[in-house]
Amino acid sequence: MTDTTSNPQADTARASELGVVARFLKATEIDTRMLGMVGALLIIWIGLHVISSLRLGVNPLDFDSRTFLTPRNLWNLSVQTSAVAIMACGMVLVIVMRNIDLSVGSAEGLIGMVMGFAQVHFLVRFVGLELGNPWIWVLALVIGLALGLLIGAFQGFVIAYLEVPAFIVTLGGLLVWRGAAWWVTSGQTVAPLDATFQLMGGGPSGSIGATWSWVVGIVACLAVVFALFNGRVQRKRFRFPLRPIWAETLLGVVTCAVIMGAVWLANSYPWPIGIVNRYAAANNITVPEGGLFIAHGIAIPVLMAIAVGLVMTFITNRTRFGRYVFAIGGNPEAANLAGINTRWITMKVFMIMGVLATIAAAISSARQNSATNVLGTLDELLVIAAAVIGGTSLAGGSGTIIGAMLGALLMQSLQSGMVLLGVDSPLQSIVVGAVLVIAVWLDTVYRKRV
Amino acid sequence: MTDKIAPAATALIDMRNISIAFGGIRAVDDASIDLFPGEVVALLGHNGAGKSTLIKILSGAYKRDAGQIFVNGEEASISNPRDAKKYGIETIYQTLALADNVDAAANLFLGRELMTAWGTLDDVAMEAEARKVMGRLNPRFQRFKEPVIKLSGGQRQSVAIARAILFNARILIMDEPTAALGPQETAQVGELVKQLKSDGIGIFLISHDIHDVFELADRVCVMKNGQVVGTARTTDVTQDEVLGMIILGKCPPGAIPGPGALKIAA
Repeated sequence: MTDTTSNPQADTARASELGVVARFLKATEIDTRMLGMVGALLIIWIGLHVISSLRLGVNPLDFDSRTFLTPRNLWNLSVQTSAVAIMACGMVLVIVMRNIDLSVGSAEGLIGMVMGFAQVHFLVRFVGLELGNPWIWVLALVIGLALGLLIGAFQGFVIAYLEVPAFIVTLGGLLVWRGAAWWVTSGQTVAPLDATFQLMGGGPSGSIGATWSWVVGIVACLAVVFALFNGRVQRKRFRFPLRPIWAETLLGVVTCAVIMGAVWLANSYPWPIGIVNRYAAANNITVPEGGLFIAHGIAIPVLMAIAVGLVMTFITNRTRFGRYVFAIGGNPEAANLAGINTRWITMKVFMIMGVLATIAAAISSARQNSATNVLGTLDELLVIAAAVIGGTSLAGGSGTIIGAMLGALLMQSLQSGMVLLGVDSPLQSIVVGAVLVIAVWLDTVYRKRV
Repeated sequence: MTDKIAPAATALIDMRNISIAFGGIRAVDDASIDLFPGEVVALLGHNGAGKSTLIKILSGAYKRDAGQIFVNGEEASISNPRDAKKYGIETIYQTLALADNVDAAANLFLGRELMTAWGTLDDVAMEAEARKVMGRLNPRFQRFKEPVIKLSGGQRQSVAIARAILFNARILIMDEPTAALGPQETAQVGELVKQLKSDGIGIFLISHDIHDVFELADRVCVMKNGQVVGTARTTDVTQDEVLGMIILGKCPPGAIPGPGALKIAA
């Protein structure tokens, strides 16, 4: 290709000195650490699959339904990851700004309780809406979002304007919000939740089914192709270096294959027989002899997590606010001298964190179909671990949303894999703790070398 | 550039009786200094003499306790860096004040990003502008995609300078602009100062290098213990006399003494 770079001659000379792998990475502009994370994830998945197969005494290549790499397990994994992945997106911004938020798990618990109380008691008994009224879930969510925003704004204000370290403020929040969660109903569990609200927790009805899943997959693929094409046009317009055509094609094909593979997987997980039979009876469908195959498709919480990931990626990369968050993390004094209102930005970051905690609370409580005052306990650690494993530096100034979401998937894979293997919970904690430290150590080594 | 400036000309900057204290220590004490268009005024003094503090008051980084600032003869209220930029005052800080983790273009436009019609960052346009201005300052600079922490000292310096001149500054403050540079780059900065001067920009130059100062500055202003020792045209004093001002606070006959001048029984 003659249009690979603005200075082809110099570049070919340099390219020939590089090895095959290095040349491949340079051409595709893939981040090596992202590749490392995907590699680690694959190793964990395959490892868990082989171990779970050997434990059962089956051939790993048979993909027995009780092993790790099955549509059912991966589908559940995707739903379990959603809440932590959503909060990890906000934690990236918090940590990039050299702060920390230890209160997200407790805030999630309090907000979950308040939303549960609102839909089961408050809106029904005091406002007078009938059970099942379609406004109930909307109002409950709005109340939750307002509370999340308020909690974030309050903590952000104390951190930014009263200059109390974030570690202390959110450590206080960890205790305060958890205590407040108990207070909402004096510790009583709130259940069952509103039927529509429950859809946010996944399950057979909380999934979009095979047809719509394919539609989502195809739209996503078209978006990927458009993004690659648009990026190329923009670069060409200003004569910036271009990726070679083969690299662009490869990136497009691999990304689309992953998307369609995920859709295929979600569509391979059928509804349980009992629910299918009830559904068939209700809709006057005769169940054929081999049983009726109705696919789950992509779960609603997963779609919510993907939407949050896209919005947050957009905010960090394409808006002034996102640019300022990174600049402040890189050099707070420089950002201040450049005329950035660093306090207001700090407060806004915590407000975003509060809103994301609300979305996570909605998903986790809907999934359990109940709000309890222990909802989200220790989630703050999973969220911080996800962000850090995903490459967010605790020194501030660097981190990516996609990395944090992958980090959340990695943490959740380990955890649910260990449950599948019957590892008892103390050992689970030990493994998760050790993985976190090892991941950060590897990250330190990586940063020194690059 | 030694022509006498007509007394009628309004000063670009006129800082009068500025004071600031940090916890009882008077870092700047009743200091006055002015600057005319197309003029380079060098601020000299030991470490801790109050030069940087005085200049940070002008750039909005510190808030003064007392005194007035006039820009073009009109009193200006400068209480943060944004205010200063509004008056066309740009600063190249000694520490460079770059966000190390983002690239050159993001640093050049930090706080003043170019936006698309959709309200999103126009990175492409910003990079194109950055290429233009960097091409003028440092034609060999090509590392636009890398975070500035990976750049050499000289390259980082040119990013900081580019940021200051990108937005049509009328007043430029350079705090030790050549401290991190090699001889060739220092000469480049000298050329740049002369070029900006001929464009009518007023420059405050803070430096330790007295040779630099005599080559570039029209006037020198010496500070000691937070006070102004004296102000002089570089043509009216010798380097030794200026050294005497810095070290002893002794004001030579060619200079106009300030409040900090050594009181000799005369």
